[in-house]
Amino acid sequence: MYTQGLDIPKGDKSIPVAAHNSPEDLRFQARIDVDEKIEPRDWMPAAYRKTLIRQISQHAHSEVIGMQPEGNWITRAPTLRRKSILLAKVQDEAGHGLYLYSAAETLGISRDELVEQLLSGAAKYSSIFNYPTPTWADMGAIGWLVDGAAIMNQVPICRCSYGPYARAMVRVCKEESFHQRQGYEIMIALSRGTPEQKAMAQDALNRWWWPSLMMFGPSDKESLHSAQSMKWNIKRVSNDDLRQKFVDVTVPQAEFLGLTLPDADLKWNAETGHYDFGEIDWSELQNVIAGNGPCNKQRIKTRREAHENGAWVREAANVYADKQRARKAAAAA
Amino acid sequence: MSRKDWPLFEIFLRSRNGLNHKHVGSLHAADADMAIENARDAYTRRGEAVSIWAVPSSAIVASDPSDKDAYFEPLAEKVYRHPTHYDIPDEVKNI
Repeated sequence: MYTQGLDIPKGDKSIPVAAHNSPEDLRFQARIDVDEKIEPRDWMPAAYRKTLIRQISQHAHSEVIGMQPEGNWITRAPTLRRKSILLAKVQDEAGHGLYLYSAAETLGISRDELVEQLLSGAAKYSSIFNYPTPTWADMGAIGWLVDGAAIMNQVPICRCSYGPYARAMVRVCKEESFHQRQGYEIMIALSRGTPEQKAMAQDALNRWWWPSLMMFGPSDKESLHSAQSMKWNIKRVSNDDLRQKFVDVTVPQAEFLGLTLPDADLKWNAETGHYDFGEIDWSELQNVIAGNGPCNKQRIKTRREAHENGAWVREAANVYADKQRARKAAAAA
Repeated sequence: MSRKDWPLFEIFLRSRNGLNHKHVGSLHAADADMAIENARDAYTRRGEAVSIWAVPSSAIVASDPSDKDAYFEPLAEKVYRHPTHYDIPDEVKNI
């Protein structure tokens, strides 16, 4: 999702933006420039490594936290079919988190460090998961809009310069398509249902539209690290270009549903061949990223509790593995 | 004890009989049995495999990427190892 990970606020000096002029740096950039992939044991600039760890781990954390808004509805899905679908989708998100943690680990950070960064609040995850899911229509809007925006963001990362990340993204993208389609199907069902159901779909759309647009990160004018990430082929399309593409494909989909996008400034621009849309409330995005969204505290608390409550399972697995090893060794002796 | 004691395994899948096992990624597990079970859940949710290999990552011996040129480049010069290197007149068939 989550080019937000590449957009580092001004004043954050944790990733150096140094001049890269050593012979190794130049060789490295030359490889990138001809679209060669970088593999884990290849030489790479420290800042490239750090940027990737940050981006991939934020992406992984987003998948893991992203299970919560939808997990909320598994027990209350309206039919057995919808429940099976939602379970499969949430399981996919756990899987995506695992692919991505593995990819991050190839850069020399341990799983424990990654988990610790999430639980301590040191690491960020996508702002979108800090919004609540009060109605069933939110499951439709999330699949359609949030996963739709995620696909838009993730498809270009399948071509990113770091091999393990690109390969993980290929897998993720294949699976995300189901996520978006099942969400849109929920929206179709609701918008063709009773007036109350249609109103519920419209309400969900009203609440998720702007946060979905914010998933693409700050505007290109404000995005500090985009240029370097573009040069390294980590990021391949700019935030604003991706956001525009998302708006362009989504407007007709909303029209098909007979729903209205909550933006008075939205209109087709025949000159540019794109939809014009209203200004995003950037202070809201900053506020949510800073930890003050509607659900930030709840999400981290739930994650911490899940981790603590699972401690005995991890311990038991270790004890069992040790016991099996000891038995095998005794049998062999 | 925490997960940091869980070793890393590399996972290989055979998508159907007749094809090679192919590397798909890695995961942590307490032991080999758990690695196979977790690999099923993490890497084969849509029927991607008929067989799984889990190999402790520590057991893999790899060539050094910095030796890549010295190792593999000489082979690029040995063009006579490829059938297209040889000129055979058009009238000669089935060769």
